[in-house]
Amino acid sequence: MTVVENLPSATTERPIGFGRLKRKEDARFIRGKGTYLDDIRLPGMVHGAILRSPYAHARIVSIDTSRALAHPNVAAVVTAKDLETLGLAWMPTISYDTQAVLAGDKVRFQGQEVAFVIATDEYSANDALQLIDVEYEPLPAIVNARKALDPDAPLIRDDKAGQRDNLASPTWEAGDQAATDRAFAEADTVVTRDIIYPRCHPAPLETCGMIADFNPETGQLDIYNGNQAPHAHRTVYAHVAGLAEHMIRIRCSDIGGGFGNKVPVYPGYVCAIAGSIVAGVPVKWVENRSENLMSTGFARDYVMHSEMCAKNGKITGLRVNVIADHGAFDSTAQPTKFPAGFFHIVCGSYDLEASHVQVKAVYTNKAPGGVAYRCSFRITEAVYLVERMVDALALEMKVDPIELRMRSFIAPEQFPYETTTGWTYDSGNYAETMRVAMDIAGYEELRREQAEKRARGELMGIGVSFFTEGVGAGPRKHMDILGLAMNDGADLRVHPSGKAVVSISAQTQGQGHETTFAQIVAEELGIPPEDVEVRHGDTDRSPYGLGTYGSRSTPVSGAAVAVVSRKVRDKARLIAGTMLEARPEDLAWEKGRWYVKGDPEKGAMIEEIAVRAYSGEPMPAGMEGGLDAQVIYDPPNLTYPYGAYIAVVDIDPDTGHVTVRRFIAVDDCGVRINPMIVDGQIHGGLAEGIGIALMEVITFDEEGNCLNSSFMDYLIPTALECPDFELGETVTPCPHHPLGAKGVGESPNVGSPPAIVNAVIDALHQTHGVDHIDMPCTPARVWAAMQGRAAPPQ
Amino acid sequence: MDVSITVNGEKVSREIEPRQLLVHYIRETPGLTGTHWGCDTSNCGACVVLMDGAPVKSCTILAAMCEGHEIRTVEALEVDGRLDPVQMGFHERHALQCGFCTPGMLMTARALLDENPDPTEQEIRTAISGAICRCTGYKNIVSAVRWAAEYEAAAKQEVRA
Repeated sequence: MTVVENLPSATTERPIGFGRLKRKEDARFIRGKGTYLDDIRLPGMVHGAILRSPYAHARIVSIDTSRALAHPNVAAVVTAKDLETLGLAWMPTISYDTQAVLAGDKVRFQGQEVAFVIATDEYSANDALQLIDVEYEPLPAIVNARKALDPDAPLIRDDKAGQRDNLASPTWEAGDQAATDRAFAEADTVVTRDIIYPRCHPAPLETCGMIADFNPETGQLDIYNGNQAPHAHRTVYAHVAGLAEHMIRIRCSDIGGGFGNKVPVYPGYVCAIAGSIVAGVPVKWVENRSENLMSTGFARDYVMHSEMCAKNGKITGLRVNVIADHGAFDSTAQPTKFPAGFFHIVCGSYDLEASHVQVKAVYTNKAPGGVAYRCSFRITEAVYLVERMVDALALEMKVDPIELRMRSFIAPEQFPYETTTGWTYDSGNYAETMRVAMDIAGYEELRREQAEKRARGELMGIGVSFFTEGVGAGPRKHMDILGLAMNDGADLRVHPSGKAVVSISAQTQGQGHETTFAQIVAEELGIPPEDVEVRHGDTDRSPYGLGTYGSRSTPVSGAAVAVVSRKVRDKARLIAGTMLEARPEDLAWEKGRWYVKGDPEKGAMIEEIAVRAYSGEPMPAGMEGGLDAQVIYDPPNLTYPYGAYIAVVDIDPDTGHVTVRRFIAVDDCGVRINPMIVDGQIHGGLAEGIGIALMEVITFDEEGNCLNSSFMDYLIPTALECPDFELGETVTPCPHHPLGAKGVGESPNVGSPPAIVNAVIDALHQTHGVDHIDMPCTPARVWAAMQGRAAPPQ
Repeated sequence: MDVSITVNGEKVSREIEPRQLLVHYIRETPGLTGTHWGCDTSNCGACVVLMDGAPVKSCTILAAMCEGHEIRTVEALEVDGRLDPVQMGFHERHALQCGFCTPGMLMTARALLDENPDPTEQEIRTAISGAICRCTGYKNIVSAVRWAAEYEAAAKQEVRA
């Protein structure tokens, strides 16, 4: 099935359930009536602010808080010493490392948390930061991951017993080294590239923050905090603060974007909690933009050395060695058994003979992380690498990059397909999707246009990428975070009036869950979506689950909602049998109604069944009253959405400025519940991908000063840098998801950077001999590449 | 210092710190939290309000500078239960996701249409280029502003007929 955007999708024909339903949540947002964290004010609330280190690496000689404490509006100043008495000076990261909540011994990155001030208002709290006197003894800093393991490199983590170097975790590998060596030995073409995926940042428009409200009389801790996994956060706080989990309530309200940045627990959160315990009043802490960019979860920062080989015109093998830069504390977000996330999906969409991947993780004097910026656990890095390598190979083989991909794709009949690094891809028809993208782009015509322009001295590039993602983590037998299975709950109650409430553990940050999940219940129960309330974002009012990141809402929570709806439908069938005096197996279902097979007039609507379920009338033997159900969904496998992307760029030969003139994105994310929302997700991810490819980067000088700590320096694309995206789709249902859906939120961010970089190289290869460039493709970097002196980013 | 500012048609008088930013004033004094703060450097546009009809970034203006001026925020777009066409357009064309940039985008769009009722795609892109949206990739925002322009043109046509 092929549908070009703006034409009605097949799913819109169904009146209830799936389709381009406009969003329920818009009503409050277009009126300015959303409730984001900073909009919340509690009685007696005070404000916190964090003093941060100006140095990337320094010993703390002394901290004097007396002048700050003398400020008339200051209630308290908290330092590492105070936290030690509460047992809160250090906290665990999601990667089983430890991270200082407030630095006591040393500061290990610029912007690290040193002291927490509590004052009556935000302005006073920030004033008081200037009154804290900290004496530092600066130490040499390491900001380049390639130098972190040098024998003379200063030891960053001297707090860890037995740590003698800056290795963050043992080298991790996947694939078959011997088989890969054989594939390379037998190959007729080999290419090698050093490829960097530079450090960047999700930079959601709303920064991170928290209000902590501890009640000493009851022991109840109320937390208001926009995060992507409220239930997991609650468990972490219970462990860290030694509080009873059932006495902690987290409310997320509305969240102004997350993109991975709101997955981790940050020191500021622990400070707000400690502050409320100490001060006995609610404490609000909201970081400013520089704090967000300098200290919270960055993304990527992978230094990759790779070789790819081909034989008889087809890709056969891949070898990758990675140095992963985790900054000062390893707070990488990933499932426990996967220290490099899902990077080993790096064999991509191709039927390889063998591959081998090694990832070495190091500490540097940079902010800790990294999180998956709109991607599923390092898949963006993997897709970028493989799609750059395929293009490098195509250049070497002098073959069209689409042609090489077409020859090497996993064929439709090979699914389920086990990759050489151990993934089992669920379904796909890659060549078809690639052809749809070529059709929309007018690929042959574009190549003709490029040749004509080249003859006139104009620089135009056409770049292709084809990605396969693994999303929806994950099966509990393989995947957990801090020992918590990556499953999600759903709880569905149909009220006597036939209206329903579904509670979910996924946590929207703008994805439209209130609409999409209502549509799933509507589809399954045959009631209008407006009659379904989606409850989320409050740990007291939703079932346990691991939240929203890694494109897991639809694959995991969406499946949970489908399954719980079917459980309710099954219960309704039994009740209908009693009502209609028919055996349940003699009943058939049509949207919203069970009826007697062979006598369609005789039936019961779900609303009538609901009335019966709560009435005084008899229920089927052994069945309790009410019409409700609950599930915990354990996905049997990841889902594997994929897509073909084509970027068309123009480069100003005088300045090196890259303009993305067209961007064609054909996604196959299986069945689309709300195609309007899916399209919106794709648009947003493409904009972020353009940002990463062309301008978003976090860099440091040699002393470890962060050079991109505001939106003046961390550039985010505006409406002028984004083209009018052209979307298409193919639909290959996921065989194991109850709705056939695969998840989509992150695909565009994963797939777009390599398409753009490949386009830049395509524009410059013939005329300027450029066969590699690292992101971001800023005018200065492109210009340098055109002069033959492109240096990798720091 | 004492400052009197007319916010959404109501005159508000209060003693403030001279250094207080307009965005903080709007959010605290009349308690209108629809105007958001997103950066410290006037790059993101989440705080855009109309000052005497012109779009301004309220994080770049001191409240003290607004003495005697009229400020209009997102909360004033809806009048007597009737949404402004830009609000309708954003809903119709799915021009918002997390909603955080939306108030600033809506006020920017309102100011654009007040000055140019029939903007081209490029004019819309230029008008909103001082505002950052992390979710939508701008495509649907551009479409929403066009929707609002066409809605307003049709409404005017109807009045004439």
